[in-house]
Amino acid sequence: MATTAAIDVVMPQMGVSVSEGTITKWLKQEGDPIAADEALLEISTDKVDTEVPSPGSGVVQQILVQEGETVEVGTKLAVIAPEGAAPAQEEAPAAPPEPATQEAAAEAEAPSSSEGETPAPAEAPAPAPPPEPVAPAAPDAVPDGDGGGDRTFVSPVVARIASEHGVDVGQVSGTGRGGRVTKKDILAFVESGAPQQQPQPEQQAAPAAPPPPQAPPEPAPAPAPAQPEPAPAAAAPAPQPQAAAPQPESEPGESYEPMSAMRRGIAEHMRRSLDTSAHVTSAIEVDMSRVVAIRAKLKKEYQQSYGVNPTYLAFVARATVETLRDYPWINGELRGDQIVTRNYVNLGFAVELTDGKGLIVPVVKHAEGLNLLGMARGISEIAARARDKKLLPDDVQGGTFTITNPGGYGTFHGTPVISQPQAAILGTYAVVKRPWVIQDDRGGDVIAIRPIMNLTLTYDHRLVDGALAGRFLRDLRERLETWDETNY
Amino acid sequence: MSEMTYLQAISDGLRQEMRRDKRVFVIGEDVGVYGGAFKVTLGFQEEFGPWRVIDAPLSETAIVGGCTGAAIMGMRPVAEMQFADFISCAWDHLVTVAAKQRWRAGTPVPITVRLPSGGGFSGGPFHSQNPESSFAHIPGLKVICPATPEDAKGLLATAIQDPNPCLYFEHKHLYRRLKADVPEERYETPFGKARIHREGDDISVITWGAMVHTADEAAQQLEGDGISVEILDLRTLIPWDKQAVLQSVSKTSKALVLHEDTQTGGFGGEIAATIAEEAFEELDAPIKRIAAPDTPVPFSPALEKAFIPQVDGVAKGIKELAEY
Repeated sequence: MATTAAIDVVMPQMGVSVSEGTITKWLKQEGDPIAADEALLEISTDKVDTEVPSPGSGVVQQILVQEGETVEVGTKLAVIAPEGAAPAQEEAPAAPPEPATQEAAAEAEAPSSSEGETPAPAEAPAPAPPPEPVAPAAPDAVPDGDGGGDRTFVSPVVARIASEHGVDVGQVSGTGRGGRVTKKDILAFVESGAPQQQPQPEQQAAPAAPPPPQAPPEPAPAPAPAQPEPAPAAAAPAPQPQAAAPQPESEPGESYEPMSAMRRGIAEHMRRSLDTSAHVTSAIEVDMSRVVAIRAKLKKEYQQSYGVNPTYLAFVARATVETLRDYPWINGELRGDQIVTRNYVNLGFAVELTDGKGLIVPVVKHAEGLNLLGMARGISEIAARARDKKLLPDDVQGGTFTITNPGGYGTFHGTPVISQPQAAILGTYAVVKRPWVIQDDRGGDVIAIRPIMNLTLTYDHRLVDGALAGRFLRDLRERLETWDETNY
Repeated sequence: MSEMTYLQAISDGLRQEMRRDKRVFVIGEDVGVYGGAFKVTLGFQEEFGPWRVIDAPLSETAIVGGCTGAAIMGMRPVAEMQFADFISCAWDHLVTVAAKQRWRAGTPVPITVRLPSGGGFSGGPFHSQNPESSFAHIPGLKVICPATPEDAKGLLATAIQDPNPCLYFEHKHLYRRLKADVPEERYETPFGKARIHREGDDISVITWGAMVHTADEAAQQLEGDGISVEILDLRTLIPWDKQAVLQSVSKTSKALVLHEDTQTGGFGGEIAATIAEEAFEELDAPIKRIAAPDTPVPFSPALEKAFIPQVDGVAKGIKELAEY
């Protein structure tokens, strides 16, 4: 796309429910030439971290929002000017004459960035008002990285119900065409008492799930009859808007950093999950001898032929998908007063981001159709995309069961939190050599050295009972301990 | 109550009106000696005499023009068009004179024009049309489309007593196919009040005339799929029961408008637009229309079947909407 007029770069909509994003890094500076679709900046949202490509080719004329700032979707972030146009800020320092060519624009970078040292407020960038570009910004110039892959339609009635109840439509699983959230879906979600977003503090009066929005909370704790006083304190106080939280004084030795959008998303989800599901964890020990032996054999072949590493995680994931077939509720969901089961498994994997500052759960879709090789490849691809911040919103949606693998650091047990609205999460831990009592040929007990891995299943006891979870873990162990090479 | 066909109910309603109100008379081609092309007025001339059951010359212009004059002079004429299609000859009298007279001069024009309409019997392009939307567009006219014997009788009485020109579309396909209990005594069925033909929760089908029954069969077919269909029979298009439509759509959030008339400019477009305007935030799917394609009605039975919305097609449309 040849740019003839200046184009605005705006904060893209990364999925239905995302309303804001944080600029994590500018990959280009003012004055830099840029090609269409070349990465311009990195952003972080509740759902994904990603790069924003340039909507056209030209020169980065103006950067309007600084790194670390969080702005609403649609906010103008930068202006791309046609090649040869003057970068806006060049006017002020009265410096190089007519940076008409690309080289000149690039050279002009130095003064520009040194001036940029003074932290100017984002909204008022340049001291002198920048001259308007030749033509106004093209209105249709929205970057294509705006999550186009997965923009499921929100119908008017669903939008209305969502806003009335403060529900994030992205949290509701859809049964309509293409996974669209239907009116029935969102009503069931609301009725199930699923937790609500907190965008409007004034609607926070009732704690759990107030039915229609207008219903005034019953002043339940009114013990004395016929009290002429206005209302019990519980119902009355207009809740303080928590938005403008005052910056607390820092104690000596403390320092502050703002919470990223992702961290806020994680915090909200973790709290909500514990508030929603009745978490119980069961653990089992698995003798991984067979898997270790088979993996040693396959590793070379897989890497040479396919460039894929058959990790323990891939084995466990494969066996898990097989086992889930017999335990549909563990791959299920409570939706309203209905129990949802599926004939497929969308397997989520908790992936830590490289900077250690966040966690994301990309999903391998239709894992039931993958053999060991496919599973290993699927996991490694999606994990790489997560680390490279190349995930699309669709990559993190629609999971039906999740595996988390904190064992890489040697931990042997944990109690992970369920990824809502799923019913369970499997934890896999370090494979450790342990003295293990086995039976020899004559039936006598002997101690052997065996690679043992602990597995935990954390499940929502509202749906999954302990016995069911126990049987699931037993069958999963059985599959791993008797791994049949020919079958997988 | 006694069991009557749709045709007998029309005949019965007309006879009762003529018995109780001396101002009511019938005029049309072959309505007298022959008893009407479809025998609605069979025996009428014997009972009421040739001055109240008038065999008109072959001129729709003369029939409607004469009715308009008689109505202005205080009579309550009921004109029969042999086929609704022929009403185009009377367009000028209806649209320019009858529809505007009350607005212009304050004179009521209480005429009822009976219009045997609709296809399904290989009548071809001149004997099968459903021209209701043409007249629904003309302020000053009322448009009535009964779907059941009981409504056929009650709506005819209301039309005859209404002070405005009323176009009464009686569907030929229902004449002898539909049989149901009809009250023997005289009654009036109010205009502008839709009838819930079938209650349901998932989808509102808004329709009238013969399509009510097509929709009903489709809804029965879909019961097994767990799709609960609400069918609204509008009964009259002018005035039409907007409230009932909006209420039903608010409940189901999905609307399908079905008519036998051709799609472009059909009355379904008006209903769809009103839903979009006034119930936008209730919608969970795009409003769907099922109507005949924009061609004249074909003569060939196979083609006519492809032209008029059929049960299977309607069921498919409902299903698509349900799955949206």
